[in-house]
Amino acid sequence: MSDIPSDLKYTKSHEWVRAAGDTATIGITDHAQAELTDIVFVELPEAGRKVKAGDACAVVESVKTASDIYAPVSGEILESNKTVVDDPALVNKEPYAGGWFFKIKLSNPAELTSLMPPEQYKAQVGG
Amino acid sequence: MNSAKLKRTALFAAHQKLGARLIDFGGWEMPVQYSGLIAEHLAVRNAAGIFDISHMGEVTVSGPAAEEFLNHVLTNDIRKLAPGEGQYTLICHEHGGTIDDLYAYKLSAGVYLLIINASRTPDDVAWLKAQWHAFPRRDEVNLTDASHNYSAVAVQGPRVTNFIDDCFPGASYACTRTHRVTDLKKNQIGEFHFKNGGVLVSRTGYTGEDGFEIIGEDDLIQRVWDKILKAGEPYGIKPCGLGARDTLRTEVCYPLYGHELDENTTPIEAGLGFFVSLDKGEFIGRQLLAEQKAHGTKKKLIAFKMADKCAPPRPNYPIWANGRSVGVVTSGTQSPSLGTGIGMGYVPPEFAKSPIEIEIRGKRFPATIVPKPIYKKPAA
Repeated sequence: MSDIPSDLKYTKSHEWVRAAGDTATIGITDHAQAELTDIVFVELPEAGRKVKAGDACAVVESVKTASDIYAPVSGEILESNKTVVDDPALVNKEPYAGGWFFKIKLSNPAELTSLMPPEQYKAQVGG
Repeated sequence: MNSAKLKRTALFAAHQKLGARLIDFGGWEMPVQYSGLIAEHLAVRNAAGIFDISHMGEVTVSGPAAEEFLNHVLTNDIRKLAPGEGQYTLICHEHGGTIDDLYAYKLSAGVYLLIINASRTPDDVAWLKAQWHAFPRRDEVNLTDASHNYSAVAVQGPRVTNFIDDCFPGASYACTRTHRVTDLKKNQIGEFHFKNGGVLVSRTGYTGEDGFEIIGEDDLIQRVWDKILKAGEPYGIKPCGLGARDTLRTEVCYPLYGHELDENTTPIEAGLGFFVSLDKGEFIGRQLLAEQKAHGTKKKLIAFKMADKCAPPRPNYPIWANGRSVGVVTSGTQSPSLGTGIGMGYVPPEFAKSPIEIEIRGKRFPATIVPKPIYKKPAA
């Protein structure tokens, strides 16, 4: 049974979004990190890059597989989490805190309404 | 995927009880991990791990002409074996390509046991039976696929010798005679009492650590699994899945059939010439293997380490040298022991000492070719 914080929104592809004003922080869910198991490498987008909702913009690798991470919303990458690049295991330990991936400046805040609320994500992963 | 169609070993219930993550491996529903790949890998390097290897195949070969037959179909010289001893060897076809790599044990005079890869069991058995049919002295050779008769486990790691004798108390009564399991030398095999029966215990493994492999009937091996987990608990034993098995063997550059070896790859190309005995006389594949030993090969297996921190190399990624794509990765991973990307792959021999690059998702990253094994145990 995975952890699904109630103050976040979610995507089908297991990203979470924490919105504050016109900025959103993105990471992967507890369910996703448990599925991936030991994460050994994270590749994050550069600041300034513009992304559209649904663009593959990061990669997370476990020992056995590589997985694409998709931008849940459109905008410009403000910052990527260097700590997680240096210590990929942090994604497994703190998927919602220290294991965040990147921050986006939202170009279309209305997109937030089409993200999944916690109950819907919980139903998807059977939490 | 209809998991009801996958085969299950006798230890399947044990894996479920331990919460294993299960995958399809060559048609078997097997644990890829229990607590986590890295933790399991490091347990084997630092303490102990137990693996279910019941999916592997077993072929028994016996009779007055068994030795002659085996020397005809295998590359290594089976005459080297004393009773109670095993050797790594390969089955090749006429053009030198590899049908399988395996262990062959001489249990006693005229009685041999072959341990073959799970994914190759039907192919190996078909090949061996066809060669048996064509063998002039076939009436003096009994060849049987005994895979369904046996389960097996592997126990590996530096702490195994602390508890393994307690699991099989007493001297062996067949094959190699020793007072206790830990008196077996590397590659020796002995039969030991266990509960109301007996099991074969060999000092062999696929991890680069000291350890043993135990083969026996299903119900005995189920109890061996439980006994070993219990006896090893104070020493930090973990159940380990196929994920850790793969990272462990990649670190020490052991080949995996389907990756470093296949029907289009010879043992010479894979750097296994030591296990090809050209001197013993005729055997299937000898002519081409002799040519390769004498004149060289078109491809050579190399081991490499990534030079910088980057995404791990993986099978089928291209290998570049001199600005061109020249080869391919056959095995690759992030090494849990070394903390860096490692792998093996084939390149033309002229690049076997070159700086190389591995192409990862369209970008190239530098790597260094290193001698095998990539991981060496630190000096005690």
